[in-house]
Amino acid sequence: MRDDQPAVAAYDLVKRFGDTVAVDGVSFSQPRGSVLGLLGPNGAGKTTTVRMLATLTTPTSGTGTVAGHDIVTGGEGVRRSMGLTGQAATVDELLTGRENIWLIGSLYGLDRQTVARKSDELLERFSLSDAGNRVVKTYSGGMRRRLDLAVSLIAAPPVLFLDEPTTGLDPRSRVELWEVLRDLVREGTTLLLTTQYLEEADQLADNIVVIDKGRIIAEGTPLQLKEQAGAASVVLTVSHAEDLPEAERLLRECSPEVHVDVGARQLTGQADGLADMTRVAARFDESRIVLDDIGLQRPSLDDVFLHLTGHRAEVEDPETEEEAS
Amino acid sequence: MTALDHARTGSDATERPRRSSLLGQSLVIVRRNLIHIKRMPEMLLDVTIQPVMFVLLFAFVFGGAIGTAAPGGYREWLLPGIMAQTIAFSSFIVAVGLTSDLEKGIVDRLRSLPISRAAVLVGRSLSSLIHSSIGIVVMSVTGLAVGWRIRGGVADAVLAYGLLVLFGFTMIWFGILVGSAMRSVEAVNGLMFTTMFPITFVANTFAPTEAMPRWLQVVAEWNPISSLVQATRELWGNVPPAGPDAAFPLQHPVLMTVVWSVVLTAAIAPLAIRTFVRRTEG
Repeated sequence: MRDDQPAVAAYDLVKRFGDTVAVDGVSFSQPRGSVLGLLGPNGAGKTTTVRMLATLTTPTSGTGTVAGHDIVTGGEGVRRSMGLTGQAATVDELLTGRENIWLIGSLYGLDRQTVARKSDELLERFSLSDAGNRVVKTYSGGMRRRLDLAVSLIAAPPVLFLDEPTTGLDPRSRVELWEVLRDLVREGTTLLLTTQYLEEADQLADNIVVIDKGRIIAEGTPLQLKEQAGAASVVLTVSHAEDLPEAERLLRECSPEVHVDVGARQLTGQADGLADMTRVAARFDESRIVLDDIGLQRPSLDDVFLHLTGHRAEVEDPETEEEAS
Repeated sequence: MTALDHARTGSDATERPRRSSLLGQSLVIVRRNLIHIKRMPEMLLDVTIQPVMFVLLFAFVFGGAIGTAAPGGYREWLLPGIMAQTIAFSSFIVAVGLTSDLEKGIVDRLRSLPISRAAVLVGRSLSSLIHSSIGIVVMSVTGLAVGWRIRGGVADAVLAYGLLVLFGFTMIWFGILVGSAMRSVEAVNGLMFTTMFPITFVANTFAPTEAMPRWLQVVAEWNPISSLVQATRELWGNVPPAGPDAAFPLQHPVLMTVVWSVVLTAAIAPLAIRTFVRRTEG
């Protein structure tokens, strides 16, 4: 791989399943030693994109490269250069942590001594030394993800694909895993991670590609995206649904744009920061409207989505990732 | 960089994974599957307690009511039938194992490695064959305990075991087909129970076909299982060779077992591979 070559690149990748277009012309290019976040809701085509790049599924059209190897014509080279972890590939529950590393290491063709030495190193590094001889079934979610990563690192691949690496993890395990990933990047590994969480992309990614219904709808640095998504917002929940029209009128006095969710008895308005929210809170305090809740919401993936597409992120495609794979 | 660091980097450079063979890779996967059995010995129930229970049920419950031409009595006649059933159920073992690995993403992880993509299936097939062979050993010992004997020559006896293994390979392809097509282990269980029991029962496995209605008798005689059972019975000297009035497959059971195995494999294997590829590539 030459230095100026991208570590991972996609060129107009398309994947169709029957009539459904899961990925519809995705292109991006990622320099070495950087982190690309593929951000989007369930069913957006993130996993399918990763599966194509990892040569688990063949693109309907278009292609890509991983460490300079073409994913359509150079599958073997791609598989030698990358590790895959997360949703699309997982660890063996009936094996111990050490055996999981042994399994993948042996398949890479590493000899027994090397596998043994490297498993010690990897288990140590991911704080799994004590659990190394325990069956994975007994591991917590965070331990599993760490083992999953350890397994992917046995052959020290220059590129690592992480498919929703922290989905289902508690906040502490999530932060711990982020730390581990940052270490990897410092050592020169290129990461491509998919996530549903803007915060995660924000924390880790140098560049974010937002994808919805198989298409790229935005890309840029985390900062650029957040600016696009607009300022923070104030969210109110009224206690009685009949107060909604009055509440909307009140909120409009403070915010030119108001979004009303009748089902949730919730109103969302613009707010630049805490001062704005306090102003809204004071205005409602003077009124007879009873509130269940009021809070400041920083831009979330949902807001980025609402802003970019006009629909909410949790609206799932009929074809979910699960069915598509 | 210290000398130690340097030495380590140097050794790392020579540790670039060497290319391993398909067999080597398959054996690693076999070993992983055998660790599964070690962790969950109850996986072996299907080739231990279950067939032993069948032997006991048929030998002692139904045995008295079923008349056979075997000189050694019903139990001796029954044992090759149970062995054939056990080997036919190797398809079940493959299917359950494969579906479970597909469901859990293990197959994807293996496919993301720089190994032969056939290694997943070859490893799964070999370990299932080992699994079923345990059943054949258990059945042979159980048989000896209830009165079954090998009365033929050594070569014939070995040939009989060889035919069981050959037919096992065919059934493994069927298992790969079912395992690739089904979305859950539960679905595999459902499908296999409703197909494998009739297939192994509508044959000469547990009762002579003569007592069946004529049409069913024809089905049973041409059932590949019947050829296998007849072949092993004759080779082990449990029954005399079928007379000239017997159906063709029973008159030439060894030949027909080989023919059935080859024909079925030729028909099922391409379909199984296509289904597996479509399932995993999707």
